[in-house]
Amino acid sequence: MPETGNTGTTAGEAALPESRKQEAVPGLALGLALLSAGPVVILVLLIVVLSFLSPYFLTGRNLSNILAQTAVISVVAMGQHLVILTRGIDLSVGSNVALASVVGALSFHAGAPAFVVIAVMVGCGAAVGAINGLFYVFGRLPHPFIITLATLSIAKGLALQLADGRAIPGMPDSIDALGREAVWGLPGSVFVVAGVAAVLSIMAKTMVWGRWIYAVGGRPDAAVRMGIPVSWVLVSVYVISGLCAGIGAVILAGRTDAGSPLFGNLLELDTIAAVIIGGASFLGGRGHLGHALIGAIMIGVIRNALNLLNVNVFFQLIVIGVVIVIAVESDVLRNYLEGRVRVLQAGRQS
Amino acid sequence: MSAVAASVDRAATADHPVLAVRGATKRFGSVMALNDVSIEVRRGEILGLLGDNGAGKSTLTKCISGVHQLDAGAILLDGAPTQIRSPADARFAGIETVYQDLALFDNLTPGQNFFAGRELAWPRWLPRGLRFLQQRKMDAETRVLLANLKVTLPRLDAVVAMMSGGQRQAIAVARSTVFARKVVILDEPTAALGLRESRQVLNLVAALRDQGNAVILITHNMEHVVELADRAVVLRQGRKVGELVPTKDNKQELVSMIVGA
Repeated sequence: MPETGNTGTTAGEAALPESRKQEAVPGLALGLALLSAGPVVILVLLIVVLSFLSPYFLTGRNLSNILAQTAVISVVAMGQHLVILTRGIDLSVGSNVALASVVGALSFHAGAPAFVVIAVMVGCGAAVGAINGLFYVFGRLPHPFIITLATLSIAKGLALQLADGRAIPGMPDSIDALGREAVWGLPGSVFVVAGVAAVLSIMAKTMVWGRWIYAVGGRPDAAVRMGIPVSWVLVSVYVISGLCAGIGAVILAGRTDAGSPLFGNLLELDTIAAVIIGGASFLGGRGHLGHALIGAIMIGVIRNALNLLNVNVFFQLIVIGVVIVIAVESDVLRNYLEGRVRVLQAGRQS
Repeated sequence: MSAVAASVDRAATADHPVLAVRGATKRFGSVMALNDVSIEVRRGEILGLLGDNGAGKSTLTKCISGVHQLDAGAILLDGAPTQIRSPADARFAGIETVYQDLALFDNLTPGQNFFAGRELAWPRWLPRGLRFLQQRKMDAETRVLLANLKVTLPRLDAVVAMMSGGQRQAIAVARSTVFARKVVILDEPTAALGLRESRQVLNLVAALRDQGNAVILITHNMEHVVELADRAVVLRQGRKVGELVPTKDNKQELVSMIVGA
């Protein structure tokens, strides 16, 4: 083919500098690798430093305690992570936990068996999530901030109304068991978190649905043009986020043997913070469930450490705020470095 | 030019147009973006679509690729009138579009970009979104595809955000070759590229044609039109003002048709 004859030379010329390409940007590559491993490195450093500062920190009992206390944040943060992957935000998760726990407690007192109570809580969470997703997508709202802010208020109000403003004590024994020690000194809730993490990460990594979430988050308009059912992908992440809130309600109800309209206060902020601290990008399309888990554990470790070190409670809020700023700035820095890599590659090509 | 002669032969074997647009008319408010435009393109043929800014090139291609709907007129695929209501419809009908903005997912790898929205997955009886990705199969097909097209990329497991403009353009064009069965529309594929990168993309365009696709190439570059296009259609102010076989000698004629002088 005469007109394709010159393809060979182009490819040949382009192939030549290939070997040099990799080694010419080691500084940038190292920076990028450090940034993507950043949250894990910081978490490990934190644990090392804290084990020197406090003799109680690195005891099995304290570590198990940290995991138990971060179980709710972890599980809800995983749902929040999927939403943030699509460039969204779910502000309703905290109120959703409260409403689900109250509805669950009421169903228990109406005589429902344990598995029905669990189904009611998880179903209630998913229903609120479905309302978020459907209104955001089909109500053509400009940003999920608005609808999830509305459901934050509605779910909270509904929970207070249904529970008459008070906690409703009493949960089935099998739900309470989640708060008790199960195996290896760990509470049952930790295994629920691990199970949810396993299922969600398999779904996100191996299913077409997971790939679509990343595509929608990376470039929503292109996803439409590539024939990805963007509307349903968006609805699905809000449903999963609500479902995770429902599971969070089950864990919290088990730990306290109650349902309460006051559960999940500021949980939306904790979960968003966990996702961002863990290293997922707020710009969408980047990060994995591990980020949400690492972020949640890091928040748990910081709170625990400040307690052990007798630092006043108000200071915890300041520390976590500072950590969020650092996390977001390192995301910005990562994007900048990637831009540099691209420029260097383009320069080398021409 | 032997290239032109060769593709004329190919066009002669597939005599009926794979894509025909008849009397296309499209209004945006009071603006007549397209006014009774008809074009035809055959398999193994490159149709150059020329015109100044606002001449209606992009509107016409967006109507073919399902982004806009025609107010009047018809789109015929293999002779049959076809309704194209969405980009998904167009892809399903075998029409691929390489958009000017590339429509690449920066956070995905080249292979993931190729198969975005059409992932190879199993089992078939599940709804599309719930199937499991056949990642290894997609990776293998990506490697074969890139080798066939002689596209070299620094790394196949890196996200495309890290790649240069030419590499990204090559990925976008290569993506259209994966699934193109009838028509490929390329909207200014070389607009932002350097000399050598342009060359690579033009070779890809030729490869698309050689696979038997009907190619519609929008470009401002007369050299590229003369080199590649078997026919050129010129639009001005939403109307078709000319159609001819571009050669070195009638380049000037083409330019005056475009500017209307």
